[in-house]
Amino acid sequence: MSEPQTSPAAARPTVVVDDVSVDYTVYAAGKRATSERKLLRRAPSLRQARTVHALKGVSFTAHEGESIGVIGHNGSGKSTLLRAIAGLTTPTRGTVYADGRPALLGVNAALINELSGERNVILGGLALGMTPEEIRGRYQEIVDFSGIGEAVDLPMKTYSAGMGARLRFAIAASATHRVLLVDEALAVGDAAFRRRSEERIRELRAEAGTVFLVSHSMGTVKETCTRGIWIDHGELRADGPVLDVVKAYEASVR
Amino acid sequence: MSAAEASPSPAARLAREAGLERLGRRPAAGEYLRELWQRRHFLLELSRSRFRGQNEENRLGLGWVLVRPLLNALVYGVVFGLLLASSTRPDNFVPFLVIGIFVFQYFAGCLNDGSKAITSNLGLVRTMHFPRAVLPISVVLQQVYALAPMMGMAAVVALVFGEPLTWRWLLVVPALVLMTMFCQGVAFVAARVTLHVRDVAQLLPFVTRLLFYISGLFYSIERVGLPPAAEAVAMVNPVQVYITLVRTGLLTEVQVGWDVWALGIGWAVVTLVGGAVFFWRAEEAYGRE
Repeated sequence: MSEPQTSPAAARPTVVVDDVSVDYTVYAAGKRATSERKLLRRAPSLRQARTVHALKGVSFTAHEGESIGVIGHNGSGKSTLLRAIAGLTTPTRGTVYADGRPALLGVNAALINELSGERNVILGGLALGMTPEEIRGRYQEIVDFSGIGEAVDLPMKTYSAGMGARLRFAIAASATHRVLLVDEALAVGDAAFRRRSEERIRELRAEAGTVFLVSHSMGTVKETCTRGIWIDHGELRADGPVLDVVKAYEASVR
Repeated sequence: MSAAEASPSPAARLAREAGLERLGRRPAAGEYLRELWQRRHFLLELSRSRFRGQNEENRLGLGWVLVRPLLNALVYGVVFGLLLASSTRPDNFVPFLVIGIFVFQYFAGCLNDGSKAITSNLGLVRTMHFPRAVLPISVVLQQVYALAPMMGMAAVVALVFGEPLTWRWLLVVPALVLMTMFCQGVAFVAARVTLHVRDVAQLLPFVTRLLFYISGLFYSIERVGLPPAAEAVAMVNPVQVYITLVRTGLLTEVQVGWDVWALGIGWAVVTLVGGAVFFWRAEEAYGRE
């Protein structure tokens, strides 16, 4: 494995993922259908617990200054890996060590559509762990960045999809973290806002020690990341310079 | 020292040398309380915002906070006061009933919303860091916001029906403080149990209804003429205890001894402490469901 440009051998580790496995228990009706006919005939009857192995013994070390693209097909365990790194999902086995609290870039779940943009900036900022003083200091900056103008006084449910996405991104991107986790958040809003948000993510990356990016866009991954991690059915399939890993992944999908 | 620390894996050693922290570990109780205190602004804003958000939809907005309990009292007043008249009632029945209904609604709200505190906020739990106790506490706070105008209404009803305004009314404050401690403990337990066994949510309406009928909302337990053993059990029921304590403050007719206050204090402390510990012990599991 060749070294990414920042030479992690010399850089300080920021995240150590040590043999991490995550299992989920789901309650689903019946057994796996063995044929189409059975699938059609069988009424969902017995509910039984089934264990899903979302991650199976993943290990790697991330360093200061790296930005790591996490790639893989849908359901491969990318988001589970990100949540484990954020400390939000406790691994069934193995351990995650990190520098401070890695944070997911996102605030959607904390916001309330019935309330005005203004209240949501405050609520979202507090949810992200900012103090009331910090929010007061950054309020205007957040509103200006989102570009929603006067609409900040209206309930968020009256916003267009684009306006809502812009405000959510502006709130989420106002907090800085040492380890930042980004899950497909790049493609929001129109072209102009997209340019601004990509620029903001670059800034956040400069402020953060390490960035993880989950994306299905290989272009974005190649453009913004130095290192690639390919997760396949919960296992670490490849880890190395981003161009090599993306090439290997694309070869396998084709 | 654990075995892992006695012989650390190479990764663990690397992490320690770099000064990294182990994630997903449940914080010790003191640290947990400190984190909770640090997030108090979030807790308050979340509770306020959700309370407002729920009522913003209607034309009357927050007015419903007052109108809803009034209509409720009216319905129950008609049913239990006119249609189902009985001899198990105290003389000043209307304020007796209104206080019973309002205080019971506070409890039922804490139990039902508490059971959904985690399960209906999985999006939040899966994406953001904060002590999870914020969610069940926020549920109880929202119920407190709803209770405040209801108690104001109950006081008006008591005055209208001839109850004198005396210093005894101040007893409502310690009664409701104790009850809130109890309700918070119940919300903690309900939040965790429902997460492990979702089916509990299906049973709660029946539990609520049972408590509605056995807690002396629209009758006075002493007047029913239960066998002594059954009456003793009925009197220990915490919901009944808190309803009685609130009534003691507002109604001259209801007098209690120190034993009832002692019961109220006991239920409050045991349920709050037990519930908080029970909830905290699963802290690291809430994100995995």
